[in-house]
Amino acid sequence: MAKTKSEPLFHIAKRADMTLKKAILIRVVAIVAALILCAIITMITTGLNPLSVYGSMANGAFGTVRKSWITAQDTSILLLIALALTPAFKMKFWNIGGEGQVLVGALATSAVMLKLAPYLPHPALVAVMLVAAILAGGIWGVLPAICKAKWNTNETLFTLMMNYIATQLTAFYIIVWEYPKGAGKVGIINADTELGWLPRIGNFIGGKYVLTIFIAVLTTVAMFAYLYYSKQGYEICVVGESENTARYVGINVGKVIIRTMFISGAICGLTGFILVAGVHQTITTSLVGGQGFTAVMVSWLAKFNPLIMIFASLLIVFLKKGAGEVASSCGLNESFSEILTGIIIFFIIGCEFFIRYKIVFNKKSAKGGNGNV
Amino acid sequence: MFNIVSFIPKAVVQGIPLLYGSTGEIVTQKSGNLNLGIPGVMYVGAISGVIGAFNFEQAVKSYEAANAAEIAAAAASNSPDAFLTYGVPFLSVLIPMLSCLLGSLLMGLLYCFLTVTLKANQNVTGLAMTTFGVGFGNFFGASLIKLSGADVPSIALTNTSKYFSVKLPFAESAGWFGKIFLSYGPLAYLSIIIAIVAALVIKKTRVGLHLRAVGESPATADSAGINVTMYKYGATCIGCMIAGLGGLYYVMDYATGVWSNDAFGDRGWLAIALVIFTIWKPDMSIFASILFGGLYILYLFLPMNIDHMEYQQLYKMIPYVVTLIVLVITSIRNKRENQPPASLGLPYFREER
Repeated sequence: MAKTKSEPLFHIAKRADMTLKKAILIRVVAIVAALILCAIITMITTGLNPLSVYGSMANGAFGTVRKSWITAQDTSILLLIALALTPAFKMKFWNIGGEGQVLVGALATSAVMLKLAPYLPHPALVAVMLVAAILAGGIWGVLPAICKAKWNTNETLFTLMMNYIATQLTAFYIIVWEYPKGAGKVGIINADTELGWLPRIGNFIGGKYVLTIFIAVLTTVAMFAYLYYSKQGYEICVVGESENTARYVGINVGKVIIRTMFISGAICGLTGFILVAGVHQTITTSLVGGQGFTAVMVSWLAKFNPLIMIFASLLIVFLKKGAGEVASSCGLNESFSEILTGIIIFFIIGCEFFIRYKIVFNKKSAKGGNGNV
Repeated sequence: MFNIVSFIPKAVVQGIPLLYGSTGEIVTQKSGNLNLGIPGVMYVGAISGVIGAFNFEQAVKSYEAANAAEIAAAAASNSPDAFLTYGVPFLSVLIPMLSCLLGSLLMGLLYCFLTVTLKANQNVTGLAMTTFGVGFGNFFGASLIKLSGADVPSIALTNTSKYFSVKLPFAESAGWFGKIFLSYGPLAYLSIIIAIVAALVIKKTRVGLHLRAVGESPATADSAGINVTMYKYGATCIGCMIAGLGGLYYVMDYATGVWSNDAFGDRGWLAIALVIFTIWKPDMSIFASILFGGLYILYLFLPMNIDHMEYQQLYKMIPYVVTLIVLVITSIRNKRENQPPASLGLPYFREER
């Protein structure tokens, strides 16, 4: 017996030969498979036929002109948060504190909007709001970065805790500012004067939403350029791949970590500013609504590429709106969308395996092997 | 003034779900898996238990309706129906428990399949599991009645729940001692037993040693002949099942069988915070959970000024701030025995050593 009995049937090897076309194909297959599974589950729970499920989902997201604009706006918000997290992720700094960073940005915006409105003209007020939001988000991002750079504190857990500190801080100020007294909420800020509100652009249905979308597009392009065509973007990449290499070539790793997390937090703060000044004109503890976590998945799904992130966030928002519509039309709970989102993400996470690895069969007959199931 | 005898039991019942969650997460993290899906797993555990209990209660109801005449006759002749007297109490505990364990086990398997077998990113998988789990819980919590077509106004599993909240016999008569130590349901004591067992297994046994080796350095463990995949699967699935019981305790005992959406709140994240706070020790977690449970409801017991309700919100911040401080201090002191498992969050691929 030359061969031992415990020789495994196959083993897994890393692959380097994956072409872009094939990689995209695998992802598309995974998404389609996930959508089919989602349709089956929807069919079982609601009794609709699968085609009409996606029909009414599309109706929920793009049914009217206004719905389409709102979908575009929500996509922009999610996209902005995902963009904010991306430089940190590229550095392998797991910033899952987007939720808190957006919220403190929103909190700072509301504070300025409420307290300085009588003293400043409208443009100056908006400018101060913006700066306050960016600083607040930046500080929330820099704190874990400093601890990481100095003492190698676990950033995943640190940023996670900062989320809840931000939530409670917001809850505190909501009661301090509540209007009317005892309502437990702030209400629309400057409802009569509209001071500090982002302006409508143009006199059509989408006018209210254009500015948000514009900022998101601008940030996407800027982030793409920053990550792929700037020296700092390159430094982020090196630190992410290997801290030792970075140190060897003379990159100040601590400085890069802190700087990148300031940018990350600042863009989150900017998103908080838009949420308050441009979208809701009020502040609640659930203002961000878990998008800080969803954005982590969006950024990762897009492989940290800002341009692909547009589609990833559109997919998630489409599911949210669509599944919400399907569920409410059948008298079911809207959390249905979260189940569908979860399933799709599980499939995409799973399919990455077939892009990065291949299964090599140990028999002579199977030449090379092929892992694409 | 501050009433310690009524405060401690309240802190304990708040702490028990956290203890389940943190024990489960500690066992999981010891294998090197940072499962951020624990909040979702706890929701799934809770709702699976609820679904099991709900279907069981409906079945009992239809059994009673179908055999009404015989039950009445049996009661009259002083020999009560065997199924209702002996079967129902037993199954009322068993069925929700098993459905809860099954639900959480499936979540654990899903997580392991993605992160261990398919080597996916643990943070993303965990967050996706939380999204999925919380959505799953809220969806079935709100839609169960409509989906099952049952004729009840809301999910109130009082018949099943009463078996989960039986108190120890002397709880009423033993005064303050009874209130502080004896006034909890069986799942509360189970959580403490599980935490102690987990601590002993991790610290004192060979299995625990292997588990820690896998978490610290899977490559070393692998070359020592330890089956890394098996340990990761085992620890994560057992961890998820323990955490799922926390959800079951919450809904069946604490909430007396009444499901309401999002009521479980952020306790799952607090359980993850506890893991750091206790520096990966389940036995410490018994006290820390009760402490966190106490901090969670402290604001109810502090002298309250009706004009300054806002300070309640700051009290609620305390557990998170304290955890942060512990996290930073342990990283500054950099003591070897107080560190997270060295390979925490990293997938293990044998050919990448």
